[in-house]
Amino acid sequence: MSRWIAAVLSTGVALALWQTIVTVADLPRFILPGPILVAETWWSHRWIIAEHTLVTASEVVLGLLIGISLGIVTAIQLASSRAARVVVQPILVFTQALPVFALAPILTLWLGFGLWSKIAMAVLIIYFPVTSAFLDGLMRTPQGYLDLARTMQGHPMRILWHIRIPAALPSLASGVRLAAVYAPIGAIIGEWVGASRGLGYLMLLANGRAKTDLMFAAMLTLGVFSILLHLLVGYLTRNLGKTD
Amino acid sequence: MIPVPGITLTGQATIHGAALFAPLSLSLDAGQWTCLLGGSGVGKSTLLRLICGLPTGAEFTGDIRASDGGDVSSRVAYMAQDDLLMPWATVSQNILLGAALRGDPRDHGRLAQILDRVGLTDHAAKKPSALSGGQRQRVALARTLMEDKPVILLDEPFSALDAQTRAAMQDLSAEVLRGKTVLIVTHDPIEAARLGDNIQIMSAEGLMDVTPPTGPIPRPVTSLDVLKTQADLLTRLRKVPT
Ligand SMILES: Nc1ncnc2c1ncn2[C@@H]1O[C@H](COP(=O)(O)OP(=O)(O)OP(=O)(O)O)[C@@H](O)[C@H]1O
Ligand SMILES: [Mg+2]
Repeated sequence: MSRWIAAVLSTGVALALWQTIVTVADLPRFILPGPILVAETWWSHRWIIAEHTLVTASEVVLGLLIGISLGIVTAIQLASSRAARVVVQPILVFTQALPVFALAPILTLWLGFGLWSKIAMAVLIIYFPVTSAFLDGLMRTPQGYLDLARTMQGHPMRILWHIRIPAALPSLASGVRLAAVYAPIGAIIGEWVGASRGLGYLMLLANGRAKTDLMFAAMLTLGVFSILLHLLVGYLTRNLGKTD
Repeated sequence: MIPVPGITLTGQATIHGAALFAPLSLSLDAGQWTCLLGGSGVGKSTLLRLICGLPTGAEFTGDIRASDGGDVSSRVAYMAQDDLLMPWATVSQNILLGAALRGDPRDHGRLAQILDRVGLTDHAAKKPSALSGGQRQRVALARTLMEDKPVILLDEPFSALDAQTRAAMQDLSAEVLRGKTVLIVTHDPIEAARLGDNIQIMSAEGLMDVTPPTGPIPRPVTSLDVLKTQADLLTRLRKVPT
């Protein structure tokens, strides 16, 4: 509880400081609008913001679902075949060395201005952290469990299902939590490159028209959305690592 | 009842070219308890893992055979100091693990019998984290029993337990594993004196056979013969160069 109080307090202090600077320095609203103005703009544009938030949120949620599923399937495939690991792991690592953001324009070219190029961007960003976290967990099964399974003449696929996967769920949970942080970033970048809807699009549009207050309102909405997503995913994955 | 074979391991082992143990011959008599004592690092766990068919850090040359000529590693059940219970599975699921891993049908009738024998019936639906150390080790014993193998290999199974729980586990194990060929690695001279039909002290030179106390196992701790053997074992263990 005291964490919440501290969070509210520090946010309050930051907002007060922000308003003071804007008032004292008498900054023009297109350079830096104060929090009061941003709040007013947010309220007067609430329906537009809500509409764009819904677009970004669907991109993020679909991106997460697809990216996490692909990551889980890939990790399990790699964990069950050494040959696959030898071939695929270097490729995975190499793709991580590429700046995936640079692919955003080409994704837009391939998939168009709609939802799918943003979803694809989010999937690209979260796929690797999920795959590598889960694969790492699958490859680190405590040796004692594997010894026991071996003396029981266990079938490799059944050992995977009954021992290695459950033992790796906490690792998967941390990969998923990381994905929840990355997914909104991916969607926003996709929107920046080319979109006609979404919070990223709205921010770019507002910026272009020197409506800095609207830009801030959209950005803060994105921030709140990301935090809520983080809390939700944390809540949903809380049981993955639990043992009792 | 499945016929119970004896096991003989003959050979020597090296680690990175250096001798771990000299040529030796360890015989586990059919239906008897063999206790293996010895200093830390002499290779007791290695011997046991070799019989299980598990990977070890050592290169072994020699052979391991069953008195009836059959396969060895497919007829052993293994229990270690770490209970190796799956924390996400219930007591019952842990006991049925072997069947799940092989895809065999789960024998719930036998499960109920075994739960009853080890006194865990009331705990069947609990997760291991809700159990005491002694109860967890009873689950591990139940899982070993469920495997229904004729040869049982125990690597310091009770060493993490307090003295009275350990004595209770020794009684229980001697009762439920009666008739099986058992190898137990232990650091505890009392355990060896109570449970060994055959007691061996292992050192780098090989095995030393120690005469066990008289009487059937589990022998009472109060028996003078058990106490004498215990003292004798401790004296010998302290003399063995480590
Ligand atoms: N996987 C491994 N790789 C390399 N060396 C190993 C490995 N496992 C064990 N050893 C070495 O083999 C030797 C014998 O180990 P082992 O575990 O059999 O001893 P132990 O008699 O069971 O000892 P303890 O009483 O402490 O359990 C030790 O020197 C150990 O360091
Ligand atoms: Mg050992």
